[in-house]
Amino acid sequence: MARNFQRIIQGIIDVSNLAKIERDPNYQELVRRRSSLGWLLSAIMLVIYFGFILLVAYAPKFLGIPLGSGVTTIGIPIGLSVIVLAFVLTGIYVRRANSSYDVLIRKIVEENRS
Amino acid sequence: MKKFAWLSAILLASMPTIALAAGAVEGGAKQATNWSAIGMFVGFVGLTLVITYWAAKRTASAADFYSAGGGITGFQNGLAIAGDYMSAASFLGISGLVYTSGYDGLIYSVGWLVGWPIVTFLIAEQLRNLGKFTFADVTSFRLGQTEIRILAACGSLVTVAFYLIAQMVGAGKLIQLLFGLDYWIAVVLVGGLMMIYVTFGGMKATTWVQIIKAVLLLSGATFMAGAVLYKFGFSPEALFTKATEVHPKKLAIMEPGTLISNPLSAISLGLALMFGTAGLPHILMRFFTVKDAQAARKSVFYATGFIGYFYILTFIIGFGAITLVSTDAMFLDGSILEKTKSGIAAIKGGSNMAAIHLANAVGGNMFLGFISAVAFATILAVVSGLALAGASSISHDLYGMVIKGGNANEQDEIRVSKIATLVLGVLAIFLGIVFENQNVAFMVGLAFAIAASCNFPVLVMSIFWKGLTTRGAVVGGFLGLVSAVVGVVLSPAVWEVTLGFAKGSAPIKLDNPALFSMAIAFAGIWLVSMLDSSKRAAVDRDGFDAQYVRSQTGIGAASATAH
Repeated sequence: MARNFQRIIQGIIDVSNLAKIERDPNYQELVRRRSSLGWLLSAIMLVIYFGFILLVAYAPKFLGIPLGSGVTTIGIPIGLSVIVLAFVLTGIYVRRANSSYDVLIRKIVEENRS
Repeated sequence: MKKFAWLSAILLASMPTIALAAGAVEGGAKQATNWSAIGMFVGFVGLTLVITYWAAKRTASAADFYSAGGGITGFQNGLAIAGDYMSAASFLGISGLVYTSGYDGLIYSVGWLVGWPIVTFLIAEQLRNLGKFTFADVTSFRLGQTEIRILAACGSLVTVAFYLIAQMVGAGKLIQLLFGLDYWIAVVLVGGLMMIYVTFGGMKATTWVQIIKAVLLLSGATFMAGAVLYKFGFSPEALFTKATEVHPKKLAIMEPGTLISNPLSAISLGLALMFGTAGLPHILMRFFTVKDAQAARKSVFYATGFIGYFYILTFIIGFGAITLVSTDAMFLDGSILEKTKSGIAAIKGGSNMAAIHLANAVGGNMFLGFISAVAFATILAVVSGLALAGASSISHDLYGMVIKGGNANEQDEIRVSKIATLVLGVLAIFLGIVFENQNVAFMVGLAFAIAASCNFPVLVMSIFWKGLTTRGAVVGGFLGLVSAVVGVVLSPAVWEVTLGFAKGSAPIKLDNPALFSMAIAFAGIWLVSMLDSSKRAAVDRDGFDAQYVRSQTGIGAASATAH
């Protein structure tokens, strides 16, 4: 019974069409570019964030070093820049995706319309 | 529709009466009834009820109910996600944390934000391409429907339940302080409004409540942070200097403090915050409200921007409160001040009130009313999103897919969803009252830990790993769920603080279990899938290619049905 729904949604890409899409160079390019960028940016985000957490955990005094002669510590710009970088990385992905992935997807859809 | 008009009229009409009644029985912890706050709050509720009425007329199909017909734009959804995510805990809690501990608040803000890029890079588009109403649509795409839906429903409902209790208790306490209402009245009011929004207006009403709330909260917080910076000639250095002068911890508020007890605990909490975001059912559900993967991707970008900006504001607000609230006798409790000599400890209503008092300090009584109303709106928007996600999990995953095997009548499914919302609402009110005097701070952390250890591993493995089998997902998912719950119960926060065992006796020293519960979940999923040679496992692996093509291209994805 529960398989009905599954059959309906999987039926949309039938087997012959699936093989054709998988051979499509546009598709291969899309997958290669999207996954390499996605995993790369994820790794960068992980390194930035856990770098920050490790500083908090093991070197809290480093984050407490004052900038210049004032009371503002180096930890403030570091913390804020993790927030800003998270936004910037997201922006890089979205920009790339908007400019190149969507074009590739449109081509794939047009070529494989049955 | 008649029912809606009746309920709303009764509720609106009773509000001033309730306030009057509450004002007459002034309790110790309560503040005097705040009329400008109540006026603005009634205005907000009136507006949202009009929107709910409008949405109810346009909510006919299951797609309307669960996903607003897919007709929300990327920008609107970005605001709604931000509205769903910026809870009262993050607004009042983080500014309160900055108020008491300075830099430590920033550590939390950062953790709460960094999950979003991961959602963008790995989850958002794939989720939109593969699913329809709930994230279980995605995890069960090629796996055994029954088992996976049950797992997803357990993960969703447990996450929603803990998050909801935390919000309800917070709401009750907050409203008691803000409006001078009795605790139970506040809880009933929040639960009642939530039920009206969700049962009548479904996702459309919930989305617009979240959008309005996000706009109000962002503008209110911007004004407050702006006013603080203005007082210090827009020089953060001047603000920090003054804060370190008046704060009893002096320069220590400019560096990590005692919040992070040990390094492993910090890493574990970091994992829970980062990956929990990508496993919260009410957040994942928002991606089905937009028309396609492109809009889903844009909406996380906007959301990340709004949320990041908001957390920077809360940091300024917290420091503003140190300088302007802890130094002003008007906001302090004289007897505590006498004993502790610290303006920070003596704040009226506890540190969660830092942002609220600051509103009064920079904007007077009218602005205080505005921020109080916004705080209430914040709670309403978050609990509505939670209730909708919980109800959808019951009606779409359990009733529609498991009990009816995917052949449920659409109207029946919507009816089940509405009944589930009412049951959840009553349950939330009941639990909110039961837990009134309990320490529920650990519950949000627990919700994130479960989301990170049960929902997220199954979701990400089902999208990316061909070898995943039904058995692997079920075993690993439940292991993650159980180890997260056990880990929280055995942690210092629950074992020592809530259950009252001796200090230092907690069997697990981590404040958050994500470090090992996520590892257990992923290892369980991997190992069991690898060893799985059942017939079903072959079907699961065979289904991956078609799923992958669809997740990448969106060919065959559920289309928008906006009208």
